[in-house]
Amino acid sequence: MKICEVKLILNAEVLCGEELLENEVSYAFGSDLMSDVLAFVKGKTLLLTGLTNQQVVRTAEMADLSAIVFVRGKKPGEDIIDLATEKEIALLLTRDTMYTASGKLYGNGLEGVTIDL
Amino acid sequence: MEDIKYVFEVEKDDFVRAGETSSKIKKTLRELGIDSSIIRKISIATYEAEMNIVIHSLGGQIVLEITPGTIKITASDRGPGIADVELAMKEGYSTASDRVREMGFGAGMGLPNMKKCSDRFCVTSSEGKGTYIVIEVDLKAGE
Ligand SMILES: Nc1ncnc2c1ncn2[C@@H]1O[C@H](COP(=O)(O)OP(=O)(O)OP(=O)(O)O)[C@@H](O)[C@H]1O
Ligand SMILES: [Mg+2]
Repeated sequence: MKICEVKLILNAEVLCGEELLENEVSYAFGSDLMSDVLAFVKGKTLLLTGLTNQQVVRTAEMADLSAIVFVRGKKPGEDIIDLATEKEIALLLTRDTMYTASGKLYGNGLEGVTIDL
Repeated sequence: MEDIKYVFEVEKDDFVRAGETSSKIKKTLRELGIDSSIIRKISIATYEAEMNIVIHSLGGQIVLEITPGTIKITASDRGPGIADVELAMKEGYSTASDRVREMGFGAGMGLPNMKKCSDRFCVTSSEGKGTYIVIEVDLKAGE
């Protein structure tokens, strides 16, 4: 799924990374635990989170994630948007909650990450 | 490739700069043209080690060493150390405070993540002293 489709489905505002919206994501992962993100995410994955601190962007940077969706309308600060711009990570903001946003994306065919335990 | 060694200081409780060291290391490895899957493993392991120094320790340093076959990260700190290393290595074990949990840490996955990302991993620690972690990832032939 292209990031611009994610934007449409979630009626999201693009905070930065307009030029990245044509990029594809193959999976999505929703979490507020950064170590879980680092442990389980692989490939081109979209991160949905309710956290809005700098460490979310750092986590995406380390795991090579190309886009983050902030749920339930929580907008990160300018410093975080600046960091994401520098690291070429698209930031989207939706009013949907984590559950609703995940459901909409899943229903539109964006699969979850498979976890091998 | 010439041998490379960089030393970075990591401050405790500095959540503004937390992640900068890992970011610099990632950038350095990119500039050297190292395979992206290897960079990803090193970046994740280094970031987990860096966050542990920020969150759990009194401060320390991270050293990046690149030799012809291997990338080595050494994360050491000034204490307080880990009383039971075997327990700390278990997935889900965490002593993180509520404040740290609110920031998205404290899943108890950091140390197991580091191990998973490494070809060789070693953690030594003693209470009152400090924690010393070595993460090594081998480069593929031809790099
Ligand atoms: N550098 C350190 N100094 C002192 N204690 C540490 C250090 N690193 C880890 N620990 C101890 O080991 C525990 C497990 O560490 P680990 O990184 O696996 O999980 P965490 O940091 O609590 O949570 P997460 O990494 O998932 O955010 C920590 O909660 C802490 O008690
Ligand atoms: Mg940790």
